[in-house]
Amino acid sequence: MTLTNYLVLAAILFTVGAVGVLVRRNAIVVFMCIELMLNSVNLTLVTFARATGTLDGQVIAFFVMVVAAAEVVVGLAIIMSIYRTRRSASVDDANLLKY
Amino acid sequence: MNPVPATGLLSLSWLLIALPLAGAAVLLLGGRRTDRWGHLLAITTVTASFVLAVLSTVTLAGLDERSVGVDLFTFISTGQLDVSAGLLVDPLSMTFALLITGVGALIHVYSVGYMAHDPARRRFFAYLNLFVAAMLLLVLGNSFVALYVGWEGVGLASYLLIAFWYTRPAAATAAKKAFIMNRVGDVGLALAIFIMFTQLGTTSYAGVLGSVGLLAGGTVTAIGLLLLLGACGKSGQFPLQAWLPDAMEGPTPVSALIHAATMVTAGVYLIARSAPVFDAAPAAQTVVVVIGAVTIMIGAIAGCAYDDIKKVLAWSTVSQIGYMFLAVGLGPIGYAAGIAHLLTHGFFKAGLFLGAGSVMHGMGDRTDMRRFGGLATKMKTTFVTFGLGYLALIGFPFLSGYWTKDAIIEAAFDRGGVSGWVLGGVAVLGAGLTAFYMTRLMLMTFFGKPRWEDGVHPHESPAVMTLPMVVLAVGSVAAGFVLVQVAPLADWLAPVFGEPEEAAAHVVPPLVVSVLVTVVVAAGALVAWLAVGRRPVPTTAPAQVSFPVRAARNALYADAVNEAVFMRPGMRLTRAAVLVDDRGVDGLVTGIGTGLGSSSTRLGRAQTGFVRSYALGMLGGAVLVAGALLAVTAG
Repeated sequence: MTLTNYLVLAAILFTVGAVGVLVRRNAIVVFMCIELMLNSVNLTLVTFARATGTLDGQVIAFFVMVVAAAEVVVGLAIIMSIYRTRRSASVDDANLLKY
Repeated sequence: MNPVPATGLLSLSWLLIALPLAGAAVLLLGGRRTDRWGHLLAITTVTASFVLAVLSTVTLAGLDERSVGVDLFTFISTGQLDVSAGLLVDPLSMTFALLITGVGALIHVYSVGYMAHDPARRRFFAYLNLFVAAMLLLVLGNSFVALYVGWEGVGLASYLLIAFWYTRPAAATAAKKAFIMNRVGDVGLALAIFIMFTQLGTTSYAGVLGSVGLLAGGTVTAIGLLLLLGACGKSGQFPLQAWLPDAMEGPTPVSALIHAATMVTAGVYLIARSAPVFDAAPAAQTVVVVIGAVTIMIGAIAGCAYDDIKKVLAWSTVSQIGYMFLAVGLGPIGYAAGIAHLLTHGFFKAGLFLGAGSVMHGMGDRTDMRRFGGLATKMKTTFVTFGLGYLALIGFPFLSGYWTKDAIIEAAFDRGGVSGWVLGGVAVLGAGLTAFYMTRLMLMTFFGKPRWEDGVHPHESPAVMTLPMVVLAVGSVAAGFVLVQVAPLADWLAPVFGEPEEAAAHVVPPLVVSVLVTVVVAAGALVAWLAVGRRPVPTTAPAQVSFPVRAARNALYADAVNEAVFMRPGMRLTRAAVLVDDRGVDGLVTGIGTGLGSSSTRLGRAQTGFVRSYALGMLGGAVLVAGALLAVTAG
């Protein structure tokens, strides 16, 4: 296994996540795609940490996990309240904040 | 020459101004509570001022050094500008103070009767008191700045009193006209004061007049011409004469006090007070003389053609002040003569106006002389007092006008050379025209058959009105003789103008001048009798008249000239400025505003509310940043 394989996998995961955010309407799926992107970044960080033999990348990966956990808490709460008021989890339906 | 500090009674001179000012304040602030006794308070304050002025004059006459300064307080003190408010009590200022308070008190008394039925009588007396205070400040101030404060004060009082019956559009318009034309002159006076300050660093009479010699000739001429512009505005002299006849829209006592006896002579005072400036600037002096001569003719010609009794008297005032300007423009030989004519004119013209007011009072406020006639028997006191004023004005031998006007005409001839003959000729011709229009006025008002409108019942005015007229008539008869022969005004004013100098050799002997003037005056009166005394006067003015008469009826088209030369171009300039402001300046500012507004509205369209489009934007931005970073690090 070379470094490149990890990086290619991370890039594929990130692309899948980004495309998912752009094209999917369901808020839960969009959310999962965001998690996918975060974790692809984590993978990259850990890969480089291992390649260079330092701990910096791993530490940052932990930070990302913590932030992602907090984000999930807040984000899922928002999605829940939107679903309760609109009976829908589509991100396109929550469009009140516009010009 | 610095004035000596005041002691004793003269240090109370500020009371002269403070008394009428306090009267005005009480009447204006007291409101309706003072309605019942307001006029009495006003008369009391002015009379007290008059008594104080008499006592001060007597005190002043007893002093060796007849120039007394009264320091009051520091008026302006900033950097190099240091103006202290103070009064200058000298023969010239006390002469004016006596005229103002004396004639002022008489006219206050007269107004009690004249304004008896006016609901706003208290306001009238408040303004009259305000005027007297401002006028006294004008003549008593010890610096050009103090004079300027009084100058604007009388302008305000004049405006308020012309527009006293402000519900009449004619009165409101006349007041605005007077105010605006006075502004033109006031700008000149203000500029003159600015020049004094920048060049000499002081505006006090002692400082400025004592150091005229230090200034360059051009500067002195400029100061003189600017002072003259101010004087022309206030005194209704050419080219700013058109406001004075319109000012007759005010109540008649106002016309008598402000627009005949005192305020309009402020210009003469200004020039006489600034005598050293004009003596050092022959060019400015020549302009004064020319303006005086031109105004004599304008006033006299216009006076011949009007049918409104007050307007004829107003044009007569314009013409007579022209004589005073002519006199003070002649230099040292003319100052005392000009002031003497100013004093006698104050008596007889105030008397004439009060007489005209009495006639109007009896005729139900009508002023058209074509509807008067035959009033001599109905209003005997008015007729006699008015007649004496008339004789004094036209220069009937040995009455006031004869002494003082002849002195001016002699001085004009004594100027010598061609200009002396021209000026003397104009003055003599003006005297003839004066006799013509005043005789015409007398004949149309008091003689001939009655041409009264229906429902008019002429009656004599009450004693409160006739008494001041009688006093002024006595002054009209005697003042000239007293001022020229008994106690020469020239000697009294010597501390101000220097010892009176007798012309080395008269160009025309005084006796010849007297006879010539008397003959011309008689001729003018005769022509007037031939025109209106011998045959019946039509009740409407003839429409088919020659060009000179039409021109005179339109006051030689002064209004038309003002309108064409100043008003219309001024309006066009204003409109152009408004256009530039609206389209240019405002356009730029509002253009930037609306431009920003519309572009932000357009940018706001990007906020669609679709989360995914925002996400696309973020992704695009991130790619762009990453691409840029790559390009930079790789390059």
